Amino acid sequence: MTQSLLEIKDLSVYFDVPEGVARAVDGVSFNVLPGETLALVGESGCGKSVTSMSILGLIPSPPGRIERGRIIYSGRNLLEEKEEHLRRIRGNEISMIFQEPMTSLNPVLSIGRQVAEPLMVHRGLSREDATAEALSWLERVRIPAAAKRLEDYPHQLSGGMRQRVMIAMALVCQPRLLIADEPTTALDVTIQAQVLTLMHSLKEELGMALMLITHDLGVVAQVARRVVVMYAGQVVEEAPVADIFDNPFHPYTQGLLRSMPRLGQNKGRLAEIPGTVPVLTETIAGCRFAPRCAHQFDRCRIEAPPLFEIADGRRARCWLKRYPDRRKAHV
Amino acid sequence: MPLPSRPPAIPAMTRYFVKKAITLLILLFLVSITVFAVLFALPGDPAQIILGINATPETLANLRAQLGLDRSFSAQYFGWIGGLLTGHSSMSINYDMPVFDLILSRLAVTGPMALMAMVFAVVISLPLGIYAARRQNRTGDVTVMFFTQLGLATPEFWLGILLMLLFAVHWKLFSAGGFPGWSADFIGSFKALLLPAFALGVIRAAILTRLTRSSMLDVLREDYVRTARAKGLRERTVVYVHALRNALVPVLTILGLQLGQLLAGAIIIENVYYLPGLGRLVFQAIGQRDLPVVRDIVLFMAAAVVVVNFVVDFAYAALDPRIRVK
Ligand SMILES: Nc1ncnc2c1ncn2[C@@H]1O[C@H](COP(=O)(O)OP(=O)(O)OP(=O)(O)O)[C@@H](O)[C@H]1O
Ligand SMILES: [Mg+2]
Repeated sequence: MTQSLLEIKDLSVYFDVPEGVARAVDGVSFNVLPGETLALVGESGCGKSVTSMSILGLIPSPPGRIERGRIIYSGRNLLEEKEEHLRRIRGNEISMIFQEPMTSLNPVLSIGRQVAEPLMVHRGLSREDATAEALSWLERVRIPAAAKRLEDYPHQLSGGMRQRVMIAMALVCQPRLLIADEPTTALDVTIQAQVLTLMHSLKEELGMALMLITHDLGVVAQVARRVVVMYAGQVVEEAPVADIFDNPFHPYTQGLLRSMPRLGQNKGRLAEIPGTVPVLTETIAGCRFAPRCAHQFDRCRIEAPPLFEIADGRRARCWLKRYPDRRKAHV
Repeated sequence: MPLPSRPPAIPAMTRYFVKKAITLLILLFLVSITVFAVLFALPGDPAQIILGINATPETLANLRAQLGLDRSFSAQYFGWIGGLLTGHSSMSINYDMPVFDLILSRLAVTGPMALMAMVFAVVISLPLGIYAARRQNRTGDVTVMFFTQLGLATPEFWLGILLMLLFAVHWKLFSAGGFPGWSADFIGSFKALLLPAFALGVIRAAILTRLTRSSMLDVLREDYVRTARAKGLRERTVVYVHALRNALVPVLTILGLQLGQLLAGAIIIENVYYLPGLGRLVFQAIGQRDLPVVRDIVLFMAAAVVVVNFVVDFAYAALDPRIRVK
């Protein structure tokens, strides 16, 4: 087996909110292999962003706190690293792109400067050299007339262009891992495809790993090699992408697939999973998905299932592994 | 890391400047009419006050004619404004010298004092506001907020008197009021302005600290600050370049508006410290019904506020590229 680039082990991140303690991430473990594309999927609020921001130590604290766990990178636990060491990794070895291209760029600094900054701080380049390099990256992410854009400000660019700038900014130091947190959600459908294709081809070129956070399974099918499915702060299924689509194990994954719009299907009502996500401040005795699950039985409501090994490289947090005959055929 | 890079785009900036300059001129015109009308409508006949109650109707009429008080409102207004524009100052009734010269000599006191007060205000409020924001709800923040609350509740004349008692009377580090004049004693003059400027500045700093703090808190929550951290920038750069530049925009606006209050505060503090400044001059001129002096100083102060805010608008646009296109 290949050596992992990044290993997240039993990560728990809690938020102190007025209602109590929100267990946004609760015992999450998975790893990222060098050069692979890993998709992290799940409904809104399941802890995808919190998980990814923990990697770079970007959880706002207060209200957030890392309750336990380890994040191993290059043999070191990032959660215990000094801020200064973490800072040298950010934007250099591990980069991150965020969901909102509209607000993720600084409105009062020029594009050129913002893209050049990581080069100045991590590579020690002079402003001129960094700007020249930034320009070549703006060209690489196919920003038209990039040289003229250097002096522009974010408000002068469209959403798609801004996200390209974000990508350039994240890649200038050629990181080993790019974490992209729903990089295309805020964009028009046609632009989404362009940005995604661009990101994927740059990833191949640079040989870096990509951790793609999304709730769009169509995107997953296009680019990912492995998929981690999260539900209410936990990993519920982990599998190679083909298995997720052809043979999903967890009822939640199956539900997600059913709610996915297919080609030819018009924009009508999708088959949504009935019910709502549990409130994260409340302790749940059994399986967190049980209240919404069509297959649930008594044990599901009493005891939380562990993450079972389904096959090599496949895991699922579901009692159906132990009681396969409980699975109902028709749903 | 050095601060902001290049000059902003010229054409957008020029358009912005022209638009703002036209607004400025219209505003100044309206201000002058208002100042004139208010003083015109004010009861009390300057001629009567100058000559006393025993003056004969003839001498009164003569003086009125001499002062131009017998002419119509518009004639008087245009005479006044025309004079101002062509550089012909009216004469002070009381001091028997051109009001321009009078204002200029007094400005040598009030100008530096206001400037020093602003410097105090900014130098105190920016670091404190940033400090408080970064330690939100912790001891440091609570302490700073307590003192700003105190500052908001403190009248500047009272702080002025307190400082005078402490530093001038008790510790004898400063003279208790008076002004030697710049050419006679530069250091002494500077020292004479230090305490009143500090009193004015500290009170301004209270509100500015709170504003900086809340503006900074808003900005520190922004996505682009998270982006800046995710890039691996040093915390210094994140706070003082990425966050502060954005946070300064609202602070700057209020800073401009504060000048009006600063000039109002100067009137009082100059009286506390016996400083021969504009504030004291206008205070005395009102008492003496020295209409030309009152009129010109009030216009001057109003114009100063308007012009400073014009400059602020400009700084604002230099700081925030989005404003230039609006
Ligand atoms: N700053 C915060 N303060 C309080 N709670 C937070 C904060 N950030 C996240 N949370 C909690 O963490 C939970 C998970 O949030 P997260 O942003 O990771 O969800 P997500 O899976 O990324 O969802 P989305 O698809 O909408 O981006 C939220 O439901 C919320 O309760
Ligand atoms: Mg998210």
